[in-house]
Amino acid sequence: MKMFEYMGKDIFAEFGLPIPKGRMVTTSDGAALAAEEIGGPVVIKSQVLSGKRGKVGGIKFVDHSEAAKAAAQELFGMTIQDLPVEILLVEEKLQIDKELYLAITIDSATKQPVLIASVHGGMDIEEVADEHIIKKYIDIELGMQNFIACDVVRRMNIPLNSSRGKELVKIMDRLYKLFIQKDAELVEINPLVISGDRVIAADSKITIDDEALYRQQDLPHVEERTKAEKAAHDLGLSFVELDGDIGVMANGAGITMGTLDTLSYYGGRPANFLDAGGGTGVEGTAKALELILSRNPRSIIINIFGGITRCDDVASAFASIKKSRNIPVPVVIRLVGTNQEAGRAILKDVGIEAYDFMQDAIKKAVELAGGN
Amino acid sequence: MAILVDKTTNVLVQGITGKQGLFHTQQMLAYGTKIIAGTSPGKGGTTIEGIPVFDSVRAACENHKIDASVIFIPAAYAKDAALEALEAGIKVVVVVTEHIPVHDEMILIAYARRLKATVIGPNTFGIVSSGKCKMGIPPNQFFIPGSVGVVARSGTLTYEIVGNLTAQGIGQSTVVGMGGDRVVGLTFVDVLKQFEQDPETKVVVLIGEIGGNSEEEAAEYIKEMTKPVVAYIAGKSAPPGKRMGHAGAIIERGKGTYDGKVKALALAGAKVAELPFEVPGIVKEIIDKESSQQ
Repeated sequence: MKMFEYMGKDIFAEFGLPIPKGRMVTTSDGAALAAEEIGGPVVIKSQVLSGKRGKVGGIKFVDHSEAAKAAAQELFGMTIQDLPVEILLVEEKLQIDKELYLAITIDSATKQPVLIASVHGGMDIEEVADEHIIKKYIDIELGMQNFIACDVVRRMNIPLNSSRGKELVKIMDRLYKLFIQKDAELVEINPLVISGDRVIAADSKITIDDEALYRQQDLPHVEERTKAEKAAHDLGLSFVELDGDIGVMANGAGITMGTLDTLSYYGGRPANFLDAGGGTGVEGTAKALELILSRNPRSIIINIFGGITRCDDVASAFASIKKSRNIPVPVVIRLVGTNQEAGRAILKDVGIEAYDFMQDAIKKAVELAGGN
Repeated sequence: MAILVDKTTNVLVQGITGKQGLFHTQQMLAYGTKIIAGTSPGKGGTTIEGIPVFDSVRAACENHKIDASVIFIPAAYAKDAALEALEAGIKVVVVVTEHIPVHDEMILIAYARRLKATVIGPNTFGIVSSGKCKMGIPPNQFFIPGSVGVVARSGTLTYEIVGNLTAQGIGQSTVVGMGGDRVVGLTFVDVLKQFEQDPETKVVVLIGEIGGNSEEEAAEYIKEMTKPVVAYIAGKSAPPGKRMGHAGAIIERGKGTYDGKVKALALAGAKVAELPFEVPGIVKEIIDKESSQQ
């Protein structure tokens, strides 16, 4: 779950990480009021989950509260990557001496947290040359010890006895505590601004592990999924909307990807990714079909290689749906594995001849969709 | 021979009395797995399917020699269960459970590394040394003994490919599921090294997917291997930034792409199948060629 910048900064504050003076607002009057409270020049930032908002004009600097209102009005009228701007963050404008980058994330290869730091902050970290990026893998059994933070500061060429050096050591320690305690996949401060003697988190990016949300009940909830994707998630199905015209359902992430790949190979364009997982009952299968139909596909391919999933269960579920509702597009089913004979007999009764091989079934689905 | 587990492996089932644990215990027994004991806190002293149940892993180990454990415990408690098995000295731990928080995964894998133990999973179908031992959830009928070693990140895709191998009479030495999560105990390289050493394994099939860099690392090792490797990478058509079912199956910040993985594997000398159903044919060609040379 990705958090909005203002939520991330609330969490930063909770962990004693320095943030600019500021306030979240939902109206342009609120923005003017916040600017007045803060006093002096302010920055007004659109709160959207997609990056690159600065490049599309989603961040504005103004000198006084009158101008803040006008700027806020303009921002509220914007959409950034199809998302309307509904929340703004009004903050003191920082005097920037230097911009650093600091993040902690999970490294799949070494299976542990990694701290990433750079003295070239402010831009996308991908655009920073490798030699300017400092990576420190952290033994999760050790955690963020003082010596680790000190060594990173040394590698950044920042004097350890300077106030900014001491401040950075503290920030690394607190950021790691946040990372661990909030089950984060990513905590990123970019830029981490040096402003005179202060070191301040000018931005925040926090992603929380979805699987750990059950024990992170204190966090605000942010919904990133589309309505259909959320409905699927609640059913234990994994669903991703794509932009083609052939509906896809399979059981298992890998075979679903393999189905999409094969479909594309034969010139078809998938409308969705839908991994129905193991033992999907009538209700689950019905909902899965509803989701697929909601994308208005021109044909549907169901690819089942039954292991734990029993072919007769899938067939019964499909047959009962077919009897109870009109399915306006052709459905091609590939059904092999556990109890396949029983499953095929059930499908035959509702007029569907199941295929043996995924490539044949997928080719047929592409043909029925009008193909290329 | 096989890798990691074989017909002499004494297996413990953690969570043996739960719905999943019991169903798969029956299936594993039917396959011939040597299940010695199970655990279920509070149910110690009972038996299930003729298998003695203990309150804790320590209690099971006091009464039996245990070589490996397979865990069917819900996500919120799975870390504790895995740590319990590792702390008791068990050297191969299979974590079938999905949806485990990634921080828990990092902790249990760090601990396993310290004890020099092997964690298979989390979020895996398990491991099958065909005809000898199955730990996990794959359907029994698709796994017959033979000389093909298989290592994969995805379950059903493995069944699809192994099922098609079996249909053509091509058996497997060991089939290993590494798991679909971002942080898992094994890497492709760990498993490839074992297949390279295993006299029974003649050909290796690697089933990867987009995301991470495990396949790229595997390619580096494949350059040194004497045994032929056939690979398939799922997710060629997946859009960037979207998780394709598995937590690990995502192209992030331009990393973990299909093209990058395929290029690395092909350069290393692996035969890369473009589509999943092409794998058995390529394997058969290699086996036929090798047997005609002998």
